[in-house]
Amino acid sequence: MKLRPSLAKWLAVMGVLHGVVACAGFFAPYDPTSQDRKSPYLPPMRVHLMDAQGHFHARPFVYPLRLREGTFDQYEEYLARKERLRFFVSGDRYRLFGFLPFRLHLFGIENIRGYLLGTDGYGRDQFSRLLYGAQVSLLAGLMGAGLTLFVGLCIGGVAGYYGGWRDDVLMRITELFLALPWLYLLFALRAFLPLAVNPLAAFFLIVGVIGTVGWGRPARLVRGVVLSAKERDFVRAARGFGATDGYLLRRHILPQTSSVLLTQAAILVPQYVLAEMTLSFLGLGVPEPVPSLGNLLSNLQQYSVLASYWWMYLPALITVSFFLGYLGLASALQERGEAYKIERSDLGSLP
Amino acid sequence: MRNKRGKFLYCRMLLSLVLPLALPLVTFFGHPAAASPRQESTSEELLLLPGEIGRPGGRLVVSLRAEPKTLNPVTSTDAPSREVIGAMQAELVHINRATQLTEPALAKSWKVSADGLQYTLTLRTGTKFSDGHPVDADDVLFTFRVYLDEKVHATQRDFLIVGGKPISVRKLDSYTLVFQLAKPYGAGERLFDGFYILPRHLLEKVYQEGKFDQAGALATAASGWAGLGPFRLKEYVAGQRLILERNPYYWKMDPLGNRLPYLDEIVFLFVPSADAQVLRFQSGETDVISRLSAENYAVLSRQQRGYTVVDAGPGLEYNFLFFNLNDPTEKMSSEMLRKQKWFRNVKFRRAVSAAVDREAIVRLVYQGRGAPLWGPVTPGNRRWINTSIPHPARSLDRARSLLKEAGFSWSKRPGGDSALIDLDGNAVNFSLITSSSNADRAKMATLIQDDLKQLGMNVQVVPMEFRSLLDRVLQTKEYDSCLLGLVSFDADPTADTNVWLSSGGTHLWNPSQAHPATPWEAEIDSLMEQQLAASSYEQRKKLYDRVQEILAEEEPMIFLASPDILVGAKNLIGNFHPTVLEPYVLWNVEQLFFRNGSENNPR
Repeated sequence: MKLRPSLAKWLAVMGVLHGVVACAGFFAPYDPTSQDRKSPYLPPMRVHLMDAQGHFHARPFVYPLRLREGTFDQYEEYLARKERLRFFVSGDRYRLFGFLPFRLHLFGIENIRGYLLGTDGYGRDQFSRLLYGAQVSLLAGLMGAGLTLFVGLCIGGVAGYYGGWRDDVLMRITELFLALPWLYLLFALRAFLPLAVNPLAAFFLIVGVIGTVGWGRPARLVRGVVLSAKERDFVRAARGFGATDGYLLRRHILPQTSSVLLTQAAILVPQYVLAEMTLSFLGLGVPEPVPSLGNLLSNLQQYSVLASYWWMYLPALITVSFFLGYLGLASALQERGEAYKIERSDLGSLP
Repeated sequence: MRNKRGKFLYCRMLLSLVLPLALPLVTFFGHPAAASPRQESTSEELLLLPGEIGRPGGRLVVSLRAEPKTLNPVTSTDAPSREVIGAMQAELVHINRATQLTEPALAKSWKVSADGLQYTLTLRTGTKFSDGHPVDADDVLFTFRVYLDEKVHATQRDFLIVGGKPISVRKLDSYTLVFQLAKPYGAGERLFDGFYILPRHLLEKVYQEGKFDQAGALATAASGWAGLGPFRLKEYVAGQRLILERNPYYWKMDPLGNRLPYLDEIVFLFVPSADAQVLRFQSGETDVISRLSAENYAVLSRQQRGYTVVDAGPGLEYNFLFFNLNDPTEKMSSEMLRKQKWFRNVKFRRAVSAAVDREAIVRLVYQGRGAPLWGPVTPGNRRWINTSIPHPARSLDRARSLLKEAGFSWSKRPGGDSALIDLDGNAVNFSLITSSSNADRAKMATLIQDDLKQLGMNVQVVPMEFRSLLDRVLQTKEYDSCLLGLVSFDADPTADTNVWLSSGGTHLWNPSQAHPATPWEAEIDSLMEQQLAASSYEQRKKLYDRVQEILAEEEPMIFLASPDILVGAKNLIGNFHPTVLEPYVLWNVEQLFFRNGSENNPR
């Protein structure tokens, strides 16, 4: 099976983006929760190659930012000192993929803490928070989508293949779930939970809820594909040779749903990232100080932040690029799926 | 009585803990009139107010956070109603919000008997309601009858019950009244502030029909409502605005003898969000703004266009952290009992207090526009603060040694940081609840979480809706620790009686106790009772200083910080002198004026 060029392109882009986010600990210079209380709302530091006197330096450097006397958030570059950017430095402890302990970071700045994308109101590095936040949000999206598709596949497959009363019952349940106002369900669920939920439990709760609520649509799509697939000649032939239900589903029918599922996945992931963001924005998601894209964006609820600190918008920009990537991937997958189907049906009609 | 008072404070607290109005305080008996009344007409005694001479005319536009619920001063409980009513009504004796002292209002003078039980008040003659109807002692009698009537459910009723008995009011002649108390009352004539005199000619009928609580609805016709304040009702448009117009019969004048107020109209716009209020003020749509957050203050001061923003200094709001110290009950989980062992240990509380970075709270939450606190009385309350309470700097070392003394130890965690462990080997972790609608307190909680992490404590911050938070603290008592703020509605310690008495309904860490749970709570109880009955300021101050000392020592509440009162007004507005007591800007609304006078016409 050959990959179409547009699909390969999108896969490469998304692969790189996800790789960076997955290795957030390495790419982020600092721990996302460590506070530098002397530098709230510090604007992004500019990385220079040319100094103030116009001399060129081979190694990039930054000028430290200093608080202007008597202000809270007005900084100016201190031109008397140059702090060089260094690569592959040892810094804050982190765990790669959640278990491998490391201290190596892609870059760091000599002598001072450098903030390439500025800091938030507690002086936490926005760049590190962005990477770690994307990790949480994307993982929630991916796991939620996986859970949804798995439930959708099982229910849609059973309903489509066995038909009859099973189909009726399952499809009515599906409709019920399609009609469920999930946001309010979450509010209600949160109210029943114990007071303090630790960040990990909160995360799995979100994944669980968004994953189990959204399976209605994929289940219907899968059912449709299964309904048509089970009437195919080669499926009938296999059945004639005495194949069991399990074998037929596994070998011949469910593989046909793959293109639908992949396309659905590419659509569902951003949708669920958005759901996580909505929840965190409303304070129902991952609790402070753990970052997520929604937590980062919820800073913008305040007018003063909106009006004064443009770098607080960056999480939105990152989110948009991820969503574009996923939608591009989805349409490339769909194209591929359609082409694949035509080939198959051509084959099927051969004498 | 205290319980009832508790209920009062409680429902006030529901109003997002920002309590309007003022009440009892200090003992300045026979305080001389701010200026001797001058006769304008034969019988009308106007009160002379010092201040800049203004120009008449103009319309002041103010935004309100919500639509007021009622114009009825007796039944109102919400802050927006209070703000509007404050401009429409007047009381017998008034607490000047700038000097924080009492001054004559509708009563031009008063005398206190030697035993402190009898107050004789003389009314100003010739005063008229805003509809032109004259005022006499019968209106005052009627007013206090209504306030004291249990069926009316007046929120301030409990303040009229001194020493377990309601105050009795007698009329000597049509301008003289005698108020009889069962016990001496430390705050003295501050008692009368906030009891607005009602128009008997309009309300007696409704009252007798038992429908008093329905009077004063916003939809009331302007002719069916009257008061003694500088403004009277003109028009109400549901969901949009409330317009008040100048009361032509108002009883105050400026030094030149011009009758106040200067303004023709006040328009209250209903603007629900603080950010929207800022935008409206910035665009010139509203003329004054109060309760600014530090961030919005910074935004406004950065781009000043025809307006000034003012930092009036720390107000009376104090924010604090407290632990669940409620008595164990059968319903309490074993986990809670385990945690309470830490919370009850004063060394644990002191360690937490030593680890909290108050300077960072003031700098990061209030952008430096606030004051760190080590006791409940803020620097804004100059007359009552105990300045000898120590202000120890933040010290993690001191916190660690306190914890060590209390038997705590640290274990190495695989991650590299160490976890705090108690005597039984349990890791110290607890939750901290705070109101989700208050961004400042949420921010404080995040800072404290990080401070305590450095001691090895694992704190989970739980923002929750304000009502359910209060429910947990005061009713179900299912919480570990809580971050909250209170605003004293007056500078006098009487205002906080209910918070410090162990039997008080807002004795937050262990409310409504039958008997004081600890010796120091018992001592506070007796000190508070004594100061309530003491008659001189010096005596009361000494007693209240000791209360503050005990609180700072035992740390049932870990006091954090107090925000400055930040307000703004157009440069055109004269006599703009914001105070730290509510209403911050409109307290002298009768004196506010536009420098360009009536050119500031209705838009």
